[in-house]
Amino acid sequence: MKQLRITVLCLFLYTLFCGVIYPLTVTGIGYLFFRDKAGGSIIIKEGRVIGSELIGQLFIGPGFFHGRPSSVYYDSSSSGGSNLGQTNDKFISGIIKIAGINRNEYGMKNNEIIPSDLLFSSASGLDPHISVEAALLQCESIASARNINTDRIVALVGKYSERQLSYYGTRHVNVLKLNIELDGLEVKK
Amino acid sequence: MKRIYSGEKTFITPIIRPIETGLYKLSGIDESSEMNWKTYGIAFTLFTFTGIAVLFLIQLLQNLLPFNPQGFAGVKWDSALNTAISFATNTNWQGYGGENTMSYFTQMIGLTVQNFLSAGAGMAAGVALIRGFMRKESETIGNFWVDLSRSVLYILFPLSILTSVILMSQGVVQSFQQYITAETLEGGRQLIPLGPAASQIATKQLGTNGGGFFSVNSAYPFENPTFISNLMENISILIIPIGFVFMFGSMINNKKQGRAIFLTMTLLFLAGLAIMLWSENSINPVINDSGIAYTHNMEGKETRFGVMWSALWSQSTTATSNGSVNSMHDSYMPLSGMVQLFNMGIGEVIYGGAGVGFAGFIFYIILSMFIAGLMVGRTPEFLGKKLGPREMTISVTALLLPMITAVLLSAIAVSSESGLSGLNNKSAHGLSEILYAYFSTAGNNGSAFAGLNSNTLFYNLTLSAALLAGRFATVIPALAIAGSLAVKKTVPDSSASFPTTGILFIVIVSGVIIIMGALTFFPVITLGPFLEHLFMKQGVLF
Repeated sequence: MKQLRITVLCLFLYTLFCGVIYPLTVTGIGYLFFRDKAGGSIIIKEGRVIGSELIGQLFIGPGFFHGRPSSVYYDSSSSGGSNLGQTNDKFISGIIKIAGINRNEYGMKNNEIIPSDLLFSSASGLDPHISVEAALLQCESIASARNINTDRIVALVGKYSERQLSYYGTRHVNVLKLNIELDGLEVKK
Repeated sequence: MKRIYSGEKTFITPIIRPIETGLYKLSGIDESSEMNWKTYGIAFTLFTFTGIAVLFLIQLLQNLLPFNPQGFAGVKWDSALNTAISFATNTNWQGYGGENTMSYFTQMIGLTVQNFLSAGAGMAAGVALIRGFMRKESETIGNFWVDLSRSVLYILFPLSILTSVILMSQGVVQSFQQYITAETLEGGRQLIPLGPAASQIATKQLGTNGGGFFSVNSAYPFENPTFISNLMENISILIIPIGFVFMFGSMINNKKQGRAIFLTMTLLFLAGLAIMLWSENSINPVINDSGIAYTHNMEGKETRFGVMWSALWSQSTTATSNGSVNSMHDSYMPLSGMVQLFNMGIGEVIYGGAGVGFAGFIFYIILSMFIAGLMVGRTPEFLGKKLGPREMTISVTALLLPMITAVLLSAIAVSSESGLSGLNNKSAHGLSEILYAYFSTAGNNGSAFAGLNSNTLFYNLTLSAALLAGRFATVIPALAIAGSLAVKKTVPDSSASFPTTGILFIVIVSGVIIIMGALTFFPVITLGPFLEHLFMKQGVLF
């Protein structure tokens, strides 16, 4: 009986401490020092919220860099991967279809290596990045859609290229940031 | 950590001590009293079940409670029950998707709290077990309430604050605002979820809990936005379990012993990681044969982590009982899936869960010492404690019970309509999905082959059973062994004792772990991931 009384009291006090004081303290620190980041790294342009720097968006039209395949179509309120296994019929036929689209859009030869990140869908379905190889592959078709010199777009990819750490790791680009800048480029032949 | 549990002063004592004494005063805990193993076990059990009850009610009633800006309805009873048990047993198996089910109130007052407490309770049990080796002719093994508060207040709390601040600096959200609607560049709409995530994620990683704030866990960009946050979260998975091993060495005044255990675990850890890295960097022959050239498997992985850091996480999370993911285990290559199942199947003793993983490893050591003792015809002993039939029986029960539960429940699931209807993949991989679910819950891991739709009455209830079996069949035996060892005298080391710090020890213990695994679940793993591997090589699809 004594143990039960302690249990209930303890649980109540811990709830107060770990469930109220602790998260509020962290929220306070976040609000003071990392207001933008703790608030979702929101990008606002001309007074409109256009997205979050960290969350990928769906790009299907020509003239934009395309992100990775997503099994939730970049719906950030319902994240998820395909969860298909390697011997699943649906998985393989999906990959074959995506490979075809890639070859078609970016004018690739049949035996050319397709960057893995363009072929396979991401874990969250919201991956904000693609590899630099995947971005470079898309430059030419974007250039012709926007009527801009390819070199300028390649330069843009170089500008936004980031690594996992400053001197280590694979190189990738943030698709949304790249596309925002792309949208701002004036047409100049 | 050793100093904290023995009540000595550390650099954070001046800040935390007043909170600790306040807690004792208000709840009527007598700090100086000690418990025998039965009282300790009762306190642990009561605490777990009360936690389950409270969390269950919070979820059912979340629509009536505050901090629910998205207006989510109360959670369905079977899902709420499953979630309550899962969080209170330090598993954090999730049948629901965080961003479209749980209110901020539930996440914070309900789930974050259990993230702390279930980890703290597990660590307390681990410490009690260590005391069994330290003490001589003693009836008691410590005070559950004191061990719990030391784990939560002195270890988990400060580390969590530190981790959440680092995570926020990387972009993990911590906010009580409503979800934000964005108009995307192409003119679509995107609903961006927020919430008090950073504070919960920090404890989730540190306490080997693993239950994500968002549905896809640490693959969600708001939960793990950068390479640095990934590194930080991955270290957080391992730090307390590894700390426990070294604390053990230091508490029994035999640092070499701690090191030998650490080396054994690391050996098994690296072996698993190597297989996984090799297998993820190889290509699926079926895709290759369709004329598509590619280099590595990125299905279900995020660009910012790549194959290497996804595989490291996957190995860390299944080797310990964490269960958080930064990539989708369902879409790993078949042999990687086998490694994940193996890690969980042996009971997550490679570093293991906070406190309890260490206990699992001690069971294996006892078994190994018994076998070694039989070979040379001597009474088995470990650290000067003679091991009798009682310790043997308890260890074997603790090792077998969760696994038998898992295998039996899997068998029920594959032979019933309601079990099979949840599958996302057919044939061998489907079996892997079901096995993974029960291995994960019985091992209190909580990660998933997420394709399995487990938020059904059948799965919620059977998985709950596995959760309880996994938790209590580890903790109660650990306490029982602690109790029976504490009573015993210590016999001095003689030249005939089996040296437990050398290479021979490492080899024997690793061997026993692998053989035990082979005897309990290799047949069924052969039919799951291994068969799928062969199918893939043959190009057979389903």
